Amino acid sequence: MYNFLIDIFGSPVIAFFVAAALPLFLFILPYALIAVLAERKVSAHMQDRLGPMRTGYHGIFQTVADILKLIQKEDITANSIDRTLFNFAPYLVFIGSFAAFAVLPFSSFFVGSSIDIGLFYFLAISSLVVAGILMGGWSSNNKYSLLGAMRSVSQIISYEIPTAIVVLTMVMLTSTLNLDTITNQQTAYFWNWNILGGAATGIAKFLLIPLMFAAFIIIFISTLAEVNRTPFDIPEAESELVSGFFTEYTGMKFAMFFLAEYANMLAVSFLITVLFFGGYHSPFGYLGNSLGIEWLVPIEQGVWFATKGLTFVLVQMWLRWTLPRLRVDQLMTVCWKYLIPYSVAILLLVGFITLI
Amino acid sequence: MPIKTEEMVLNMGPQHPSTHGVLRLELKLEGELILDVKPHIGYLHRCFEKHCEAMTYPQVVPYTDRMDYLASMSNNFGYAVAVERLMGIQVNERVEYIRVIMAELQRIASHMVALGTYGVDIGAFTPFLFLFADRERILTLFEETCGARLLYNYMWVGGLSHDIHPDFVRKTKDFVQYFRPKIDELNNLLSYNKIFVERTANIGILPADVAINYGITGPILRASGVKWDLRKNDPYSIYDRFDFDIPVGEGLKGTVGDCWDRYYVRVLEMVESLKIIEQAIDNIPEGDVQEAVPKRVKPPKGSIYARFENPKGELGYFIISDGSVNPFRVKVRAPSFVNMEVFGELCKGHFVADVISILGSMDVVLGEIDR
Repeated sequence: MYNFLIDIFGSPVIAFFVAAALPLFLFILPYALIAVLAERKVSAHMQDRLGPMRTGYHGIFQTVADILKLIQKEDITANSIDRTLFNFAPYLVFIGSFAAFAVLPFSSFFVGSSIDIGLFYFLAISSLVVAGILMGGWSSNNKYSLLGAMRSVSQIISYEIPTAIVVLTMVMLTSTLNLDTITNQQTAYFWNWNILGGAATGIAKFLLIPLMFAAFIIIFISTLAEVNRTPFDIPEAESELVSGFFTEYTGMKFAMFFLAEYANMLAVSFLITVLFFGGYHSPFGYLGNSLGIEWLVPIEQGVWFATKGLTFVLVQMWLRWTLPRLRVDQLMTVCWKYLIPYSVAILLLVGFITLI
Repeated sequence: MPIKTEEMVLNMGPQHPSTHGVLRLELKLEGELILDVKPHIGYLHRCFEKHCEAMTYPQVVPYTDRMDYLASMSNNFGYAVAVERLMGIQVNERVEYIRVIMAELQRIASHMVALGTYGVDIGAFTPFLFLFADRERILTLFEETCGARLLYNYMWVGGLSHDIHPDFVRKTKDFVQYFRPKIDELNNLLSYNKIFVERTANIGILPADVAINYGITGPILRASGVKWDLRKNDPYSIYDRFDFDIPVGEGLKGTVGDCWDRYYVRVLEMVESLKIIEQAIDNIPEGDVQEAVPKRVKPPKGSIYARFENPKGELGYFIISDGSVNPFRVKVRAPSFVNMEVFGELCKGHFVADVISILGSMDVVLGEIDR
């Protein structure tokens, strides 16, 4: 992709910026628009409602209209806030969640940046969100915001541990941090996916399958908590804290938090896809290969990747509209008493299996 | 250097999504732990009792609608029966049956709101909309009969404002058939949900003796294990003719008298109300619903205290008559007001999130607290 862009623009610098910005404009922003609408439609149909119906056919332009409205809104800042931090926080959250997409391999043709420490980068950059949330909550000088931010930070930091341990397990299994390489190890058919034991053969594969399922469930729960979704949405629990750390934000700054939340949801879904579900690889082989049309393959891969990622986003939405919310101490109990011990046990067992 | 910690005073309400109206709570917090709660009421005070002194007896009925606005029928019912007792009016059987059916439908509707909003407080939004969609059916039944959906002014002194709609009996039977399985659906979606149970069981435990000392009534008292229901213990109208149980809290998921019990007692009460409706709906006798409506409501000198089992608890009317067309005094014992008093006691030592689940389980209506 990068080389292809150099050929077009004739300059590595321009090609670099284009390659860096493409995923954002080509994929993430349209996705965020669609996801917000999808959430409203999914929730509506789960609750015997119709959802947005007025803006365009079945309300497809609802998010566009919302964004236009939010742009026009007055940017209210209360008097007693810490202005610098308050203004900076939404950008930090936005950057943190969008920069994570840089290392994700969308297809064999389109990897934003195929660096060798991709997984590490992903975990590190998405931690920026924590700083942004704490900043936003603290600088708002509002008790509800502060409580929400404190909850959010303690939650995200706690839940990063099981996520990191599961990621470590996968690193042990695949012996690489490069997301593209991890994807390519799971090529060909779906029984090569890591959730079904990956490329391992013989008895090791059968031993790995239950462990991988457990690891998948752990990372799904902990990433759900990291992106503050129900049943772990206590930082913004609207029935207790109004809307948590972004209570005081208005207009476009509010929209940035909002979009960042949806971008985060997709980023973690993609991470799970890459680690467990074969990344951009098709489960059954490619139409392009069988027809002999080579350029079709990367497009198919992109479609598969998006489909897998969006499936997990839909599951997240489904959970949100079904489950109640945990309390803050129960949330910590789930993390420290259940997820972490189990993930450590999986780490050890997978270690033994790969050693043998 | 020792770290200095200080208590934080958090003002919750009057504009807050889960204070169920304009209730203001002053929380004293240490971190997220509640040290003290002070409810401030009075934001919705409309001088109901003073207004009544300037009104004639029938004119008070619309005012009673606006107390517990989720159970207007039951408020009307109580007031009408109280004045009838004061005047010694005997209404005919048809009126009694219709009143009981309406009051029980209203009880179901009121509990639907209580359970649905409780789900929202805990974070489950979907049961709320399911229940509201079903409540809509009850409101449609009311609308067809008396033209109003929230504030009915339906039960007059000595009768009813309208006879029931010709379709009412059939539609009510349909509703009972339709709603039975919906209760199971609610139980599966919310009541037995692991997270919901975690959030509500063993939270805000109200022991029976404390409940009695505070004068708590209604589902909250029954959730604490006290079998006290005025429909059985001090029957009014024709409640003694029906066969129904009084559900009490059994501590199925935790301790007797916790938030889950208070929630579940309401679920069970809906089932009992369906039973009463089923028994009454087939036996409505013929008659004129305005047969006993007096031309001029002018009770003799005297006073009366009459109490009724409202969805929220014991609703009492104390009416003093000086023999004129205007009541000398109408004092209302509002169940929410009395039940609210124990709130601070329940919250101590819990988390901020529990304040919401305790308040939701009390099911207070601010229109009734402030009147």
